[in-house]
Amino acid sequence: MTHRSHRLLTVGSLARVEGEGALHISVRGSRVADIRLEIYEPPRYFEALLRGRAYTEPPDITARICGICPVAYQMSACRAVEDACGVTVDGQLAELRRLLYCGEWIESHTLHVYLLHAPDFLGLPDALALARTRPELLKRGLRLKKAGNEIVERLGGRAIHPINVRLGGFHRLPERAELDRLTAVLRQARTDAEDTLGWVAGFEFPELAVGHELLALRGRGGYAIDAGVPYGSRTGAFTAADFESHVLERQVPHSTALHAELDGRRYLTGPLARWSLNGALLPPPILALAAEAGLGPTCDNPFRSILVRAVEVLWAVTEAQRIIERYEPPPVPAVPVPPRAGTGHGATEAPRGLLYHRYQLDGDGTIRAATIIPPTAQNQAAIEADLRTFVQDRLHLDDVELTRQCEQAIRNYDPCISCAAHFLDLTVERA
Amino acid sequence: MSDRIVLIGVGNEYRHDDGAAVAVLAELAAEDLQVDRITLCDGEPTRLMELWEGAELAIVVDAVHSHPGEPGRIHQVTVDADHLLADPLADSSAAAGTHGLGLGHAVALAAALARLPRELLIVAVEGTDFSIGEGLSPAVSEAVPRAAAEVRRSVDAHRAKETGP
Repeated sequence: MTHRSHRLLTVGSLARVEGEGALHISVRGSRVADIRLEIYEPPRYFEALLRGRAYTEPPDITARICGICPVAYQMSACRAVEDACGVTVDGQLAELRRLLYCGEWIESHTLHVYLLHAPDFLGLPDALALARTRPELLKRGLRLKKAGNEIVERLGGRAIHPINVRLGGFHRLPERAELDRLTAVLRQARTDAEDTLGWVAGFEFPELAVGHELLALRGRGGYAIDAGVPYGSRTGAFTAADFESHVLERQVPHSTALHAELDGRRYLTGPLARWSLNGALLPPPILALAAEAGLGPTCDNPFRSILVRAVEVLWAVTEAQRIIERYEPPPVPAVPVPPRAGTGHGATEAPRGLLYHRYQLDGDGTIRAATIIPPTAQNQAAIEADLRTFVQDRLHLDDVELTRQCEQAIRNYDPCISCAAHFLDLTVERA
Repeated sequence: MSDRIVLIGVGNEYRHDDGAAVAVLAELAAEDLQVDRITLCDGEPTRLMELWEGAELAIVVDAVHSHPGEPGRIHQVTVDADHLLADPLADSSAAAGTHGLGLGHAVALAAALARLPRELLIVAVEGTDFSIGEGLSPAVSEAVPRAAAEVRRSVDAHRAKETGP
């Protein structure tokens, strides 16, 4: 037990998160005085880089923002530019986009569940230890993730930074035989996804309840992924065109990523928000398995986000199966998207949460302005607030254990710091 | 069926010398090197494992940073699953996100899961400039044909071994 009146805890480089950042905690007496999630990933200037480029380029350029969720960037970019040009992509082309997005959800969530997050609940230092102690589990995870990779590769042309996406649809449509191959892969993936959910349901979850406003897209009649209307649990529904009048970004001295507020309040986007706002829209068999796994109608414990990710993987697998079963080749791989002057807005659900793009175009399609608001930037303030509560209740722990638990708490949000600007150095200052 | 000989390039051509492998693979592809698969990869461990699983020979070309370094120097490492570093994470203060997990971690994970190729050769080119931007430094640019020649020689040697005397 420490009797120091000042305590400083620093995690200099956060582990098992996407990107580079640090956590600084300052404790004065028995109170947490300051918590800063410091994102020191260098700014990446994508919005400036897009200015002056052709309106056809954002799907390929923004895909480069992240190696884990490039499809999310492509889909939000397509929706925003198509919105500016007055074009709606629907029917089978929209279904194929959704299929591609399902592939990314499977891939990204499975990576996080098995390689980044699960070791925390098993008392293991990392995925390598899991591979050495329970190789059959990690093999299952890799098989499931591979199913996602294969979807992205078939639809996107390659597994990383797909090159087959274009405004209006795709450069090339998949052959029936390619989709048939996916059918076989997805059959196994469904079993693996169900087993994954059953596995994580057995974990012990630390107590933590958060009360932030939640923000997620609401789809028409189904769980939103590639389309939908932004919906805040307190704000209500608003259009993508109104996004920036509700969501304001501001600079903070300790982070190269901007912090965002929704109508002046910190908020949370991502799996917990999606589950709490849209969970009821999932198909009944999946809801039944989710209930069996211990998920209620809403979830306010970030530690249980691994359960929601597992449910979302299962849903993405079944959704991919549904799309493939009903697939009829569209007449053309892409509908025309002629340029016109104007501003377009696009929002989709990246694995980590809502991803918003806005483009302002000239009449010839030259991009005059671009704004990208990624989920991790939106979640930063909520993560800091949650950590404050979390640490306050655990000040009796020594620095080593407190550091370990803080890192685990941060991984609950699967932050993608490379997207937000890249993780974690921790400093706890006890004074 | 698995690819028998796989050539994997790891790197990013928009990070100057980190694009060394991209240049080496481009040169070998242009020469029509006869292997079963030539592919680029971001180095994410699970993707690397997928690419090399079941292969007779996998050659991974990558750029490395060394202190003190000699830009353009080529290192060749044949991975011996029986003598892997016990815990490659323990010697690293670097963040172990999936972005931060390196080739060493991929090898260790693959070994733990019995997913190493029968033979794994790493051809590493020492770089000097990993900042944002295109184009290799002169020393690395000069090393590209030599690295390509090493890959070719290893493929030929593997084939000769297979066909026997």
